[in-house]
Amino acid sequence: MSIHRQLGLTDEEAEEIEDILGRSPNHLELAMYAVMWSEHCSYKSSRLHLRRLPSDGELVLVGPGENAGVVDVGDGIAAAIRIESHNHPSAIEPYQGAATGVGGILRDIFTMGARPIALLDSLRVGPLDDARSRWILDGVVSGVSGYGNAVGVPTVGGEVVSDATYAGNPLVNVACLGIMPVDRLVLGRATGVGNLAVLLGSTTGRDGIGGVSVLASAGFGSDGDTDASEEDAAAKRPSVQVGDPFEEKRLIEACLSLLDAGLVVGIQDLGGAGLTCATSETASRGGLGMDVDVAAVPRREPGMEPFEVMTSESQERMLAIVSPDDLHEVEALCRRWDVRATVVGRVTGDEGRLRILDGFDGPVLADVPAASLHEAAPCYDRPRRPAPAVPDLPPVPAGSVHAGDDLLAMVADTAWVWSQYDSQLFLNTVEGPGGDAALLRLKHPVTGQDTGRALALTLDGNHRWCAVDPRGGTAMTVAEAVLNLACVGARPLAVVNCLNFGNPEHPEVMWQLSECIDGMSEACRALGVPVVGGNVSLYNESRGADIDPTPVIGLLGVVDRLERRPPGVTLADGAAVLLVGARSSDLGGSRWAAEVLGGGRPLGSLPSLDLAAHSATSSLVRQVVADGLLVGVHDVADGGLGVALAELVARSGVGARLDGVDGHRELFSEAPGRVVACVTADDLAEVERRAGVAGVPLARLGTAGGDRLVVGDLVDLAVAQVVGTWHDALPAIMGAPVAAGPGIPWEGKGSVDGGQG
Amino acid sequence: MTPLIGVVVFPGSNCDRDAMEGVRALGGESTVLWHADATIKGVDAVIVPGGFAHGDYLRPGAIARFSPVMSAIADFAAEGGPVVGICNGFQVLTEAGLLPGALQKNRGLKFLCRTVTLRVDSTDSVLTSALDNGALLRIPINHFEGNYTCAPETLAALRADERVVVRYVGNPNGSMDDIAGICSEGRNVVGLMPHPERACDPLLGSTDGMPLLQSFLAAASGAGVSSRPG
Repeated sequence: MSIHRQLGLTDEEAEEIEDILGRSPNHLELAMYAVMWSEHCSYKSSRLHLRRLPSDGELVLVGPGENAGVVDVGDGIAAAIRIESHNHPSAIEPYQGAATGVGGILRDIFTMGARPIALLDSLRVGPLDDARSRWILDGVVSGVSGYGNAVGVPTVGGEVVSDATYAGNPLVNVACLGIMPVDRLVLGRATGVGNLAVLLGSTTGRDGIGGVSVLASAGFGSDGDTDASEEDAAAKRPSVQVGDPFEEKRLIEACLSLLDAGLVVGIQDLGGAGLTCATSETASRGGLGMDVDVAAVPRREPGMEPFEVMTSESQERMLAIVSPDDLHEVEALCRRWDVRATVVGRVTGDEGRLRILDGFDGPVLADVPAASLHEAAPCYDRPRRPAPAVPDLPPVPAGSVHAGDDLLAMVADTAWVWSQYDSQLFLNTVEGPGGDAALLRLKHPVTGQDTGRALALTLDGNHRWCAVDPRGGTAMTVAEAVLNLACVGARPLAVVNCLNFGNPEHPEVMWQLSECIDGMSEACRALGVPVVGGNVSLYNESRGADIDPTPVIGLLGVVDRLERRPPGVTLADGAAVLLVGARSSDLGGSRWAAEVLGGGRPLGSLPSLDLAAHSATSSLVRQVVADGLLVGVHDVADGGLGVALAELVARSGVGARLDGVDGHRELFSEAPGRVVACVTADDLAEVERRAGVAGVPLARLGTAGGDRLVVGDLVDLAVAQVVGTWHDALPAIMGAPVAAGPGIPWEGKGSVDGGQG
Repeated sequence: MTPLIGVVVFPGSNCDRDAMEGVRALGGESTVLWHADATIKGVDAVIVPGGFAHGDYLRPGAIARFSPVMSAIADFAAEGGPVVGICNGFQVLTEAGLLPGALQKNRGLKFLCRTVTLRVDSTDSVLTSALDNGALLRIPINHFEGNYTCAPETLAALRADERVVVRYVGNPNGSMDDIAGICSEGRNVVGLMPHPERACDPLLGSTDGMPLLQSFLAAASGAGVSSRPG
C-alpha cells in the first residue's frame, strides 16, 4: 500500500497536497497533512453542513471554530464551554481513553484563559449483561474519576445510557465549563514576528501517534468477526494516549499564572495531531509563519523520528507564544510549578510558511504553507440517502400490558457512577449529578465574590428519537435540555453539541447527520439559543453496523437570582402531583415501545413538537421554580411520565396515588414539553393561576403520600420495592457492594439512606 | 482578634481555595503556605487541605511529608499550635507522623463522593470544642483512601484517651472502629476524612461543617482548647 494510504489519505488528497506544494511531499509532510486532514481534525465530511447552525447571539464572545465557545454571563464574567468525544480510545482502553478525554477538554478551556470549574460526561455503552460492556463502563468511570478528581475539577453531571446500539462502539463525551474575567479572553494566535513558541508540560513520546487518523477517523473491525475485532482493537491500542492528571494540574496552575501575569500573547493546547496542529493553527490564525526546531522538543524516549515528534499526541502539553523579553520570567514561573518550558519555535513572516527544522540553523525537514493544513483541507459533500423508516407501532392487545413490571425494569439510580466523581469541589455545586441539570453558584473567577447568580448545565441525548427521525429527534433533544434547565430555575444561554454518528461514507449516515443539524438549527432558532461550539465524531460503527444517530446537546444556562435551592426530584407528603404541559398518549419513539414491543429497536413516528408551546411551558416552570412555588419537579423524557413518577418516588421515598393517567399509552409516552410538578395546597392556586395566564395546560394527576405508588389500575407498587429496585439495579449488575449506599446528596430521606453500612 | 489561618498548598492540592473560603465565611483570615517554604509565616493555625499532593504518587502523603513546610508545621504542632488535616491533609499528617495510623483504600475499592452522617465522640479537640458529644453532622466525604487503620495498641490508646473525635454513622469505607477523624495526644492536631468546608452554606445543602471550623478558629484565637499546653 502506498505511504499516503497507510497514513489515511486518499489518492485525490495526495494529489491535492502535491498541487499545494508544487512538488512531491516528503514523508514528514505527508504525515502532517494526514493528521490535519483527518476527519477528526478537518471535519471534512461535516463542515459543509455545520455552517447551517445558528451561531450568532449578542452574548456570544467566541463562536464555533476556536478551542471553546465563550459567552458573556454578566458581572464581567465570561463562560467558556466545550464538549468533545473520546469514543474510540475509550472502546480500546477505557480507563486511559476516558481519562485523556477529560484532560483534553480541560486544556481546551484553560487555553481560552478560563479556569475550568465543572466537567460533565455523557456515557453510552452496550447492554450491561455483557461482560465487555461492564468492563468498558467500569474503566471509563474509573478513568473520569481518576483523572477528574485528581486534576481538581468537579464532575457535576451527565448521563449514562446502556443500549445494544453501543455494544461494539461505546460513546464517551466529556464537556467542560470554565470562567474568566471578560477582559482576559485569549485566543490561540501567534502574533509578532520574532516571538517564541514555548512548549510547556510533558515530554513527547510515542503514545497516541496518528490517534486522530488511525483511531478517531475509522471504524472498528468493519468486516471481521469478534476475534478479528479484538485483534483490531489490540493493534490500535498504541494509538491511545496515556494521561497524567498531576502534570495537568500543574500545567493549569502554571498557564493561568502566566495569563494573570500577562506573559503570553497567544496560547494553544496540544490535542489531536499534537505539535503539527498547535504550531500550524497558531501561525495561520495569526496570518504568520513559524519555524519549529523539532530537535529541541524534549523526548520521552530515544530514537524518535521527526514525524513521530510532530504527530505524537502525548498529553499535558501546551504551546505558548511569548515575547523574547518575557522568556526569563515565563521560565521562572513554570519552574515554580515544576512545569517544563522549552523554546521550540519562532514566529516568522515568511509568507505564512510552517517549516520544520533539525536545529534552528539546521536542515529544513518540512516546508508547507501553515494555512493549507487547515483551510485547504478537503470539504466533502458526501452522498446522502434517507435511512429506511422504522416499523410502525403494533396494536397492543387489551390486558397484555404489565405496566408496574415494565416500570421497574426501566429505573436505575446512576449514583454508582457519579458517587465516584468529586462533584463538589470549589463549593459551587447547588444541584449536582442525578438531578435534571447541574446548578453551580457563580463566583467571580478572580475575587471569589459571590454574584448571587448561578450557571446551569445539562447534557442530553436520545438515540431512539433520532433513529426514528434524526431531525425531529434532535429538536426534541434540544427542547428536553431547555426544560431540564427550567427545572432548576435557569434560562438557556448557549448550546454546544457532540454529534456521534456512524460511517459518513454510508449515505444513510450522512443523511442522518444533515437532518440532525437541521433539527438542531430549527429548535435553537425557535428557542433563541445560539450554538457556540461542537464536535463531530464519525465512524462510530462496528462490524459494518452504524450506531443510532446520537447527537448530545450540552446546554448552558443562567439563574438570574439564586435565592434558594431548586426543589429537586422529590415528592412531599400530601402535596398535589401535576402534569405541566400538553397531555399525550403518543408512544412513537418511546423507550417502552422499543423495549416491550420492538425487541429493543425503536418503533413508530415521533410525537409532534410545538416549539412555541414548549417555550411557554419552560418559562412557566422556570418562574415557579425560581419563586419557590414547587416542592418537587422532574422533566418527562426517557421512559415517559411513568419513569418520571417512579424516579420521584425512588428519590424521595414518598409514595403517590394518581388517578388522572389515561392508560399505559399516556404513562409511557415521551411527547416533549412536559414536567411533573409537586405543589403544596398553599401554592396550588397560584401555580394554576400562572399556568392559566401563560396558556400552559395543567393536569392534576393525584396526590403524593403513603407507602405505595398507585397509578389508576395500571400500577400498584410498594414504595420500598420502587426504591430498592432503583437503588440496586446498577450496583447489582456492576458487581459493586450494594452496601456502598445510594449517595443521595444532602437531605436524602432516611428510608433511602438506610441502605448504608 | 481575627485569627490568621495558614492553608498549605502542595503541587496537586485542590481544596486550598475552598478551605480559605470556609475560613473567610466564618470571619477568619487566611494565607497560603507554599510547600517549598520552610516557614508557616507566624499564622495562628494551619489547615492542610484536601487534594492530591504530588499526585498521590507512591501513596497519598508519602512525598508531601518531605516538603520543607512540613517540618515547620511539626514544630508548630509540638508547641501546641492548632493544625487540622482534611482528607488528603489527614493522609499527609499520618505520613508525617503527626497523627498515628494510616488510610487505606476504601473497602469497596471505589472513590466515594457523598454526604455521610458523623457523630461527635469527643469535644476535647481543636475541631470539636464548640459541639456537644453525640451531635450528628451531615458532611460530605470525597476520597479513595479513607479507610482508617492502625495497630491494635494504637486503637486501644485512641479509645482510652477519647481521641476519636468523629465517627461515621453507617461506615462508608471500612474504617476501623468507624473512625472518621482523630486527634493527637495534645488534642491540637486533628485529621479527618470528611470535608467540613463543603458544609458551610445552606445553598450547598448543609451547614453542619460550620461548628467544626468555628471550633478551629476559636482555637486559633487562643480560646479553644483547655488542655493546650503553654
